[in-house]
Amino acid sequence: MSETLCELVDVSKWFTLKERIKGKSLLKAVDGVSLKIKDGETIGLVGESGCGKTTLGRSLVRLYEPTRGKFYFSENGQKIDLFSLKNSDFEKFRPKIQMIFQDPYSSLNPRMTVLDIITEGLKNQKVPARERKNLASEMIQVVGLKREYLTRYPHEFSGGQRQRIGIARALVLKPKFLICDEPVSALDVSVQAQIINLLVELKQSFGLTYLLISHDLAVVKYISDKIAVMYLGNIVEVAKTDDLFDNPLHPYTKGLLDSIPIANPRLRKLSKGILLQGELTSPIDPPNACLFAPRCPYKMKRCTQEKPKLKQVSAEHKVACFLY
Amino acid sequence: MIFATKKQIDHIEENTDIVPIGSYWQLVRRKFLSHKLAFFGLIVLTVIVLLVVVGPFLVRVAYDEMDFTALLVPPLSSGHILGTDELGRDVFARLLYGGRISLLVGVCSSLISTGIGLLVGLFSGYFGGIVDRLLMRFVDVMLSIPSFPVLLILTLVFGPGLFNTISVLAIFGWMGVARLVRSVVLSVRENDFIMAARVTGTKKIQILFRHIMPNVIPITIVSATLNLSYAILAESSLSYLGLGIQPPTPSWGNMLQKAMTYILSKGHASQTPWWLIFFPGFMIFLVVLSVNFLGDGLRDALDPRFVSES
Repeated sequence: MSETLCELVDVSKWFTLKERIKGKSLLKAVDGVSLKIKDGETIGLVGESGCGKTTLGRSLVRLYEPTRGKFYFSENGQKIDLFSLKNSDFEKFRPKIQMIFQDPYSSLNPRMTVLDIITEGLKNQKVPARERKNLASEMIQVVGLKREYLTRYPHEFSGGQRQRIGIARALVLKPKFLICDEPVSALDVSVQAQIINLLVELKQSFGLTYLLISHDLAVVKYISDKIAVMYLGNIVEVAKTDDLFDNPLHPYTKGLLDSIPIANPRLRKLSKGILLQGELTSPIDPPNACLFAPRCPYKMKRCTQEKPKLKQVSAEHKVACFLY
Repeated sequence: MIFATKKQIDHIEENTDIVPIGSYWQLVRRKFLSHKLAFFGLIVLTVIVLLVVVGPFLVRVAYDEMDFTALLVPPLSSGHILGTDELGRDVFARLLYGGRISLLVGVCSSLISTGIGLLVGLFSGYFGGIVDRLLMRFVDVMLSIPSFPVLLILTLVFGPGLFNTISVLAIFGWMGVARLVRSVVLSVRENDFIMAARVTGTKKIQILFRHIMPNVIPITIVSATLNLSYAILAESSLSYLGLGIQPPTPSWGNMLQKAMTYILSKGHASQTPWWLIFFPGFMIFLVVLSVNFLGDGLRDALDPRFVSES
């Protein structure tokens, strides 16, 4: 349980932009992210849209070729840097790291049957047809759908059912590490709860480790053991879920938590949190400074001169801010 | 196997064969048959193809047999059910024989050009970058070449004939399809299911043919049917310039073109020989219309999202 499954060291994904007038510039979507994920842990990755959460997730499965960094993955007691592998060697690890996508409408090919969708990965693994079919019928029941649905097409299903199919597609490969990229944000609220509960259930029965990318703090709070807060390509705070909600340290985290609407008007009056002002700064050619400084109420001189590093403040609480 | 108990597996084993996996083509057939216009098109085309293939053997008169005692005889006269042309040749026999040529030219050239266009469009749209730029500039070059002067030179070099007509129409007919397919590929490849396929370890080339192509096929079918109609008509204009099918071999196209001269100058005939223009024209109209219906029906039938009303 306490063993480290994944370790990200200084993972970066920079996109090169070519502009006619300005010449080349770098968009640092993910810039030096380091993170340890323990076996069986659910880690929530939160942040505003455009902060690089999705890019990070996609880099881990090599949908984007990472610019820099190491991604150690523990397999049978061995630590292997997946980023250093050639594409052909990486294929072996593909089943171990799977992904669930945000939009259940565009993530299923409308011209394939549910069976073909679920078994595609097995086909790539050269699993014989009969076994593929058995595994698929099993898996579709595991995610709470009927076996008869295997012959149907995606358009015959609701959003929640489609997301279940997407989960089955990932799980049928028996992954260790599942990256859930906003798995419920495209669903109705009532369905969201079902999918979240399904994810919790599956985690226990299959011993999964999750990286849950989301902007919905309620969802993240419910499911995660640990939360990493991301701002403009950097992780600014990592802590245990309860710790983060009770005692947020980074001004951005405070602002983020205070942005959760409070239903009770009396309590709302009492709260005197930080209101996040302004927009994300541009991630193109960022300065060597705290990127949150332009929006930060506690801005100091130092913040614009150097970049804060993630600092350990207590056992499992790290923050990147000069205040601590 | 790991996930379920032995009992569950047995249960699944027993029941797997009950699930009708692979009923896609049955579904396609059912949907196609319920599409009335497409079904009508299929029947008309079948009849025409049968007539054209078997017909010439059943007609007593040869298509190039001239009868100078019966020039421009109107339809339904003795021995000539659809009349004769200006050289006394039987219009019905020519129509049947010409149909072979026209359909052959149309089907072959549209199949080839659609095939080329599909491949070019798929590769161009999917791989993008330098491949895309090269292929698309090549399309631009091909489109900017005035095809008729080139046809003229090609036929001067290779000589007119059936094979050359087909090749020339195919070579100059694929660019539209390529552009169309490319544009659809560009939108299809942005879907998350392409990413999902990559995450499950599908190779790029498999993604192209397993995921992208099936989503492009419907529009390709429709454009193939349009291409077929275009090819039949284009053959007639080639024939008119003396570059297509050479007389005395008839095709619907050159029959039509030939008739134009007679319809305008009434000459010695007692009445306008409308049958010379009506029958080949009607056949072209019928074929083009049924092929278009057929294409529509196929497109709908192949799309799992489309549910027939019945």
